[in-house]
This record gives sequence, structure tokens and C-alpha cells, in this order.
Amino acid sequence: MSDDHVYLSLAEGHDDSDARWAFGTGFEDPLHGVDTTVPEHVDAAALSSLCLALGDDALVLAQRLAEWVTRAPELEEEVALANIGLDLLGQARLLYARCGQTDGTGRTEDAYAYFRDPGDFRNVTLAELPNGDFAFSVLRLLVFAAWRLAHFTELVTTPDPVLAAIAAKGVKELTYHRQYAAEWVVRLGDGTEESRARMLTALEAQAPYWDELFAAQDARAAVLADLRQVFDAAGLPTPDLPPSPGVGRDGAHTGHLAPLLAELQSVARADPEATW
Amino acid sequence: MVTGVLSDVRRARHLAEQVPDPELPMLTLADLGVLRDVTIEPDGTVVAALTPTYSGCPAMAEMRAGVAARLRAAGFERVRIRTVLDPPWTSDWITPQGRRKLAEHGIAPPMTAPRRPTGPVPLDLSPTRRTVPCPQCGSADTEETSRFAATSCKALWRCRTCREPFEYVKEI
Repeated sequence: MSDDHVYLSLAEGHDDSDARWAFGTGFEDPLHGVDTTVPEHVDAAALSSLCLALGDDALVLAQRLAEWVTRAPELEEEVALANIGLDLLGQARLLYARCGQTDGTGRTEDAYAYFRDPGDFRNVTLAELPNGDFAFSVLRLLVFAAWRLAHFTELVTTPDPVLAAIAAKGVKELTYHRQYAAEWVVRLGDGTEESRARMLTALEAQAPYWDELFAAQDARAAVLADLRQVFDAAGLPTPDLPPSPGVGRDGAHTGHLAPLLAELQSVARADPEATW
Repeated sequence: MVTGVLSDVRRARHLAEQVPDPELPMLTLADLGVLRDVTIEPDGTVVAALTPTYSGCPAMAEMRAGVAARLRAAGFERVRIRTVLDPPWTSDWITPQGRRKLAEHGIAPPMTAPRRPTGPVPLDLSPTRRTVPCPQCGSADTEETSRFAATSCKALWRCRTCREPFEYVKEI
């Protein structure tokens, strides 16, 4: 059976359509072989801006989730957070690829992820906030997943068939992410005095960043319904939502994004021509 | 020659179907339900359509390379792999044979995926009531330890009867 093994098959006949058995820059287009024609009635500029913003949200939060690896309270949680990050990274790759096809530049996913500066990123600032403790991270994940899920649910019927397909796939993944985070918020909010205190601290620190999500995509009713359901089960108060301090969609970020990107981009920028 | 083309398609399809999944090598791509179509274009190019299980599945590139290499090795000189995103993969596409193989290898196969009408996805906070029988001893006395496991498509469970942990392919 050994000559049937797929890894061995990779050693045979490399050409452009073949994978490289490693991850780094220069690997293949995630929309490989998809019909990428933009329908006539679709506004390509608006489509590419939306793909970029949603791709940035996913890439930045994926990076934050990856930071939990080797630091999570339990191995199972580390695996869960890494898997959720991987789903988001996959969504970012598809969205960047779509952006490159529609913004007129023909850029690849790597150009968006590795070779743009913080001011060019369009992610909501909630995604870039440092992880804090586990309570802070699962609360952020809950709000982010609920909002993105509501957004993607609407995008399933968007006129661009590629974005609609990316959204339809993402809906299934985000449903798992929201579920995971919701259960943890209930467990911590309704747990010990310590876990509840930490969840309350996280709520107070994060609520100011939520309004920005609804300015980007008004899914307020759906997200607040989810949050109320979770907070009621957890015995947590639903906080007021003051107007947001930053507007990531316009490129105005907190000071936390630049160091995150510096780490994310350091290897690719050290040797931009490298492939492996 | 019509019959020649037909048998070529059948042969190409058979070859592509037999490529093992990189993460679940007991399954072929056909068992997993990710091979959506194999056709031959008028110029002789074999076009195989694959769909990813999850957006971030790192095995996708390996699957693509595996299918292309297998077809080329069998003498099909022009091979193209197409990615199909729509409709999105569902665990319901894992074939009965695939489910049997998973169970034989100690991995609990998925149950029927929940029907999702379009529109808002409801959040359900009630405790998990599903029963996943232990693939080792068949006991129904099992519990979930983590909804995420070594790959995106699996969850971690354990059996309270034989005390063995096991993986379970999630419904999606």
C-alpha cells in the first residue's frame, strides 16, 4: 500500500497544480479551478472591499486564537481554539483570493496577509484586542462568531456566487464556533465567584467595541438576541453599548494591531522571494 | 470513438475515487464524498472536481495533488482539478462504506447532519443529548470531552464502559 500513499505521490511530477508539502508563502490559490467571473450586475469595487474586510477580520482573529496554542488551560481547549482559528484562516484565504480577483490588482492571498501595513487592514478592532484571560477570549469569540454568523447567513444569497459559496460554507463552521464560545461563557458566568468576576471584567472591557461591528454590518438584533440568550443562562447582565472608540473598517486601529502583524508577517518579509 | 471515451471516463473516475484521504487514510476520496465529478473534455483533459470539507482544511492541497499524480501515473497526460465550493460539503456525503471503515478503525461515524433552512441559525444551549455508541465496545454510555479534535472534522469522546477515548466525525 506504500506506493499508494498520498504523501509519496507528492514527490512525483511537480507542476503548478501540485501542492507543496509545507506551509509558507507561495502555495496555491484556494479558489483553484472555481469559476471566478464577476456577474455583470455586481459592483466589483464594493465586492472586493467587503471580501477584504471579512478576510482581515478572520486573519487577525485566527492569529489571536493561534496565540493560545501551548497556553490554553487544557489541551482540549487549545485544540478547539486552534481548530476555530484554522477555520477562520481558511475563510480568510478564500476571501483574499476573491478580493484579488475583483479589486483589479490580481494580488494573491499572500500579498494581502503579509505585505500590507496596519493602516491598510480593515478588520474590526474587536478582533485585534489582546487575548487577555480565557474569559476575555471566549467572550470575544462568542460576539465575533454570532456577528459573523448573522452576516454570513445574509451573504448566502448575495449576487456574487463565489462570496455566496464562501459564506454558505462559513455558516456551518461559525455555528460550531458560536456554540463552543456560548457554552464557555455560560460555564464561566455561572461558575465560581472567580470565573464570574473575570467574565464581568471581560464584559466591561469589551462592550465598547461591539458597536463598531453593527456599524460595519447591522446584525444588531440577531447578535443581541444570541447574547441575551447566553447571558440569561449565565446570569450575566447585558451591558450598554457605548459608541466605539476605533473604526477598524476605516483603517483606524488600536495600538495592538501593529505588533500582531509584525509577528505574523516577519518570516514572509524577511525573505519575500522564499518558497518551500 | 464513443466507447473509448466512456471507458476512459470510467477508468479516470475509478482512479480518482481510490485516492486515500490524507488525514483519514482508511477512507478514499469517494468514501469521504469530496470527489464531486470526473469528466473528460473534448481535447482529452481529465477534469476532476473536489470540494473541501472545511474552509481551512489543509488536506485539500494534498488531495488535489494525489488525484493529479494518480491520473498522470495511469497515462492521462492532461489533468485539471477543479474546486467546487457550492453546494458545501456535508458529512451526509460520507458513503455507507466510508462509515463502516471509520467504525472499523475506531472512529465513530457521523449521524445525519441537522437540516438548516436558510435564515438565522438558532443557538441551542440545552445539554447535548445525542448518543454516540462507542466504536470499540458498542456501549451507549459515552460522553463528549471536546467538540474539536486533531482535525476540524472530528470531536473527542470517551466511553464510560471500556474507558477508551475515541474520535467522532462531526455532523456538518
